[in-house]
Amino acid sequence: MGLCIIGVDVGGTFTDLVLMDEDGAPRVAKVPSTPDNQAFGVLAAIAETGAALADVAGIVHGTTVTTNALLERKIARVGLITTRGFRDVLELGRRTRPQPYGMKGQFVPLIPRELRVEVDERIDAEGEVLVPLDTDDMRTACAYLLEQGCEALVIHFLHAYRNPVHENHAAEIAAEIWPNGFITRGHAILSEYREYERGVTAAVNASVQPILHRYVGRLTEELASRGYDRDLLVMQGNGGTVAAELVPDHAVNTVMSGPASGVMAAAHTGARAGHRNLLTYDMGGTSCDVGVIRDAIPQVSSELELEYAMPIHVPMVDVHTIGAGGGSIAWIDDAGMLQVGPESAGAVPGPICYGRGGGRPTITDANLALGRLNPDTLLAVESPVTLDLVRAALEDHVGGPLGLDADGAAAAILRVANARMAGALRMVSLARGHDPRDFALFAFGGAGPLHAVALARELGIPKVLIPARPGITNAIGCVVADLRHDYVNTVNVPVDALDMGEVRAIVEEQMREGRSIIEHEGVAVEGLHYVHDADMQFLGQSHILTVPIPGPGVNRDELRTLFETAYRDRFAVDLPEIRPVLVNLHTAVIGRRPQADIAALAAGGEEAGPAPAARRAWFDGGWRETRICRRATLAAGAVIDGPAVIEQMDTTIVIEPGCTAEIDAIGNLMVTVGEGG
Amino acid sequence: MTAIDPVTLAVVQSGLIQVCNEMDLAFVRAAFSPVISEALDRSDGIYHRNDGALIAQGDLGLPVFVGTMQFGTREVIERARDLEPGDLYIVNDPYLGGTHLMDVRFVKPFFYEGEIFAWLANTGHWPDTGGAVPGGFSANATEVEQEGLRLPPVKLFKGGEIDEEILAIILSNIRIADQRIGDIKAQAAALTVGERRFTALLDRYGRDVVEACIVELRVRAERQMRAKIATIPDGEYHGVSYVDSDGVVDEPLKIDMRIVKRDTDLHFDMSGSSPPCLGPMNSVIATTRSSIYLAIKHIFPEVPINAGTFAPLHIADPDGTFLYARYPRPVSGCAAEVSQRIAEAVFAALTPALPDQLFAAPAGTSGNFALGGHDPTMGRNYVLYLISGGGYGGSRDGDGLSNGCSTIGISKTTPIEVVEQRYPVLIERYALHEGSGGAGEHRGGFGVNYTVRVRRGTARASFVMDHGRTGPQGALGGRDGGVNRVRIERDGHPDYIPPHLSKDQDIRVGEGDRIHVSTPGGGGYGDPLKRAPEAVLRDLRRGYYTDEQAAEMFGVVIVDGAVDEAATAKLRARTGRRK
Repeated sequence: MGLCIIGVDVGGTFTDLVLMDEDGAPRVAKVPSTPDNQAFGVLAAIAETGAALADVAGIVHGTTVTTNALLERKIARVGLITTRGFRDVLELGRRTRPQPYGMKGQFVPLIPRELRVEVDERIDAEGEVLVPLDTDDMRTACAYLLEQGCEALVIHFLHAYRNPVHENHAAEIAAEIWPNGFITRGHAILSEYREYERGVTAAVNASVQPILHRYVGRLTEELASRGYDRDLLVMQGNGGTVAAELVPDHAVNTVMSGPASGVMAAAHTGARAGHRNLLTYDMGGTSCDVGVIRDAIPQVSSELELEYAMPIHVPMVDVHTIGAGGGSIAWIDDAGMLQVGPESAGAVPGPICYGRGGGRPTITDANLALGRLNPDTLLAVESPVTLDLVRAALEDHVGGPLGLDADGAAAAILRVANARMAGALRMVSLARGHDPRDFALFAFGGAGPLHAVALARELGIPKVLIPARPGITNAIGCVVADLRHDYVNTVNVPVDALDMGEVRAIVEEQMREGRSIIEHEGVAVEGLHYVHDADMQFLGQSHILTVPIPGPGVNRDELRTLFETAYRDRFAVDLPEIRPVLVNLHTAVIGRRPQADIAALAAGGEEAGPAPAARRAWFDGGWRETRICRRATLAAGAVIDGPAVIEQMDTTIVIEPGCTAEIDAIGNLMVTVGEGG
Repeated sequence: MTAIDPVTLAVVQSGLIQVCNEMDLAFVRAAFSPVISEALDRSDGIYHRNDGALIAQGDLGLPVFVGTMQFGTREVIERARDLEPGDLYIVNDPYLGGTHLMDVRFVKPFFYEGEIFAWLANTGHWPDTGGAVPGGFSANATEVEQEGLRLPPVKLFKGGEIDEEILAIILSNIRIADQRIGDIKAQAAALTVGERRFTALLDRYGRDVVEACIVELRVRAERQMRAKIATIPDGEYHGVSYVDSDGVVDEPLKIDMRIVKRDTDLHFDMSGSSPPCLGPMNSVIATTRSSIYLAIKHIFPEVPINAGTFAPLHIADPDGTFLYARYPRPVSGCAAEVSQRIAEAVFAALTPALPDQLFAAPAGTSGNFALGGHDPTMGRNYVLYLISGGGYGGSRDGDGLSNGCSTIGISKTTPIEVVEQRYPVLIERYALHEGSGGAGEHRGGFGVNYTVRVRRGTARASFVMDHGRTGPQGALGGRDGGVNRVRIERDGHPDYIPPHLSKDQDIRVGEGDRIHVSTPGGGGYGDPLKRAPEAVLRDLRRGYYTDEQAAEMFGVVIVDGAVDEAATAKLRARTGRRK
């Protein structure tokens, strides 16, 4: 066996691993996640492959440590030092409420008010110092926060994106007395205007930094004690990786890294299969994640919100979460209308058919009742639940009020759920300026391939692509991801008034910084690659349009033309009367890693096992004879006409009538969506 | 008509809302005015071809437009003639089913297979429509002509082509006209998107099925609303709220809301309210009705919105009061402020009936502040608008939110760093309004304190705010939230406090002068003496209240940073007896 590379992704329930070998077949492992210390699950997964760490050239790790810490609020105690007059910015937000109607609800700021301290200092919008930093104030504030038991510190001053001199000076002072390196300067995380969003992003970073630091430390030690001393890389939300010892510096970048790695795998797999424009659709138990890939590049956004009042404004793969999953509960509202979700049965009690005490019908139960999911596998031997019990619940909760039998109720649930999900998918792509019909749908996750073909038909999407291993897509994303560092600087000057020398200097500095970090990481790369964007708008507008630019040498006319063209493409409007403005400059510095060939994933899959028992399934208003087969029995070139159900260990694929699936050379299932049968 | 199968009904319902969501999206993404693109001060919907009754509306339309647009669309339908595909009416007349002049409506017949199937309409808040002050919120206007250009329904587009002459009239009468063409194009394009999507929906499900679904959805929404109303005990409920003043005459305006609940109907009587006023705090009837609708929607957020939703709500025309303004009464304050006082009166009336569902009064003001001046360094004039939030009321579920959005809006504030980039001002403070959360078992949320300093040149400050005289009402024994305050600190002069407290216009300020604003906190919910002492202590540690306030407002005695339980019990017993 030659040198191999491991991708390992920790999810909520399972830790998935894929090991790609230069000459041998890939190996896959799936072990239960260990939430208290994710490192145990990672080590168990590695052990399961039987690989010797001496043969491993690199490990790329996707972790939910930071995401979980934030969502469960198991975060570090953080103190804030900020400009006099502004300590409440993080608590006041931007004058919103959690939902458009209903005047209730709350949010708890990441840093409580008693740990937010003001110091004398002020810089204006032009970067001029109006009030010098009071260094005595600064020392007193640090001492107070330490005494209050703070572990991490945020220094966040107004207009630091324009002139960071005070934040830098303050951090030097803090470093003299702060007992550890957990000092976050707002501008260093995000050099962009908007004090609330930048402040919260910095607070998120500080809140999870010590936690990520400890976790990575433990994992590194565990690996070292087993003799491993090669690269350990950690996946980030921007779809790139970073060396483990550097990752805590920008801990915020790892939030949302799970969804990002799935989209990276999709981009890579799609490109290999000749589909460079994809909508990704990852449906799990409680929600589905939707992403957009154009020309094989996952679209990135800097305006994500992890939950209400928690904006995270660093560049991240733009994944939108829709509140519909296999566990979404079907119910009848006061108007007698069938609703599916937003309430979910989650993993516990879960759908009725899991036998964990769930009593209300879910999307998964409807799929089971209609023969789309295999009752023999789902209703395992020890389960106290029978198919009749599921059908009875469907009839009681949904069928009765609507005058339908169990079949009709289940079909109604799927139809309503698919219509809602399709609508949400459409809004996600339209909001990003895309018509879904111009894309192929890339489906993964446990439930994605169950619904994808029906959704594609609803949306007029012509092709659906289901990869060879939909259940380990995130781990594959880790293997294919490159090193990546993103830099954003605010300019905010009309194009005709720009100092083009300054533009060049900013972009070159971004490139230099990225280059030096990648050198410092010491990870083997095959070359460096730069992606540059400009965030632009017309004077007076508040929305931003992101435009790719060639590089530091971009000139004024190019900038104007690129923006006006992009604007016309997006909104079909020319506005020659109004001046364009350059808002932000963004550079992604990418260190290309040697690529493993994912084609290997088609081979060496699971055992075909015994063929599933024949069964009927429900399509388009009635029971149909349906081909049921194991995916492992389908070789490259195999063609399956719908209606069909294809089963594999980690998912079930439904091919609707009138649609045809074909296995391509690298093991993808490519579905041509027809009009219906 | 055959019965519609329930699944098709659910799918068509999502389809109709989807059409509106796509219109909302197209409007916001292409709009110029930050009031529309950032503040989301707009709404799109589908209306019945005969009477303009609401068929569907987007999920994120501005709440105050929920009810008004069907009235406005009906007024257009009654006046429309010689309709062809591609025709589009523009109208902003407040008295014809509108709000204030800045809310400009585009109304368009939607043709399917050669016949009008429905109407599509949207409303967008334009940053300016002319008039005495930039932005249109003139605090002391006495007739509508001072508030801006008033457009009756006129065809701005004929057969898809814009009427350049009408456009020229509009652009000659408003400020920053060059950017408005961007908004006009965006507003019209949104309706074109709606036409395309609605056509696709009809093609797919068939005209008759969609028609039948629309009828059925209206019946269902009414049924759902009636089921909600049935949870209110039969009886008569009374709520009162006050607008500080009309901006011209310094006297409070009373909203007297009597609600009779019988069977599954609610009857609203506001006849005891103040007479029409001289200043711009009159409300047109469409806005008055809409304010009641949106208040009910805040109480029962899960009920979908169409004309059926409002059928069980019977609103007697409040003739002879300031809530039924007729030409030429000035009305610029109705959408932003009076509407929120009407909602507050509804909340106050129904809280005793639905204590688990409701909440104490939210801050309920849009906090409009405008500063118009000249920047000598840049050599140009500017108008800075700031809006602000306030505290929400406590509820059975917990304490109120701080710096929440207005009751009628969903818009965000502009970041301080953006304000300072664009205007010659320095924001010296943006802080929590300590002590403003009304005391209660669950206290109100807090308002905001902010200070604006003029860095150079001279300027004039104007305010349209409210709750300067009395704070947002507490509920079920909770106390009122803190009041709104405005104070101008002028070099060499005594501080200036507007005589009407929350409304004023054209206050001269110069370099180095400061404008201080404090916004209201939310009302408290339940007896403050029942608030957990640990929660009071936590609030104290956070600096939300002082030691004295803890004792005075909550009856909690703090000694050396800890609750003195014996002293607290004694104080609470004594205070309880006194009440």
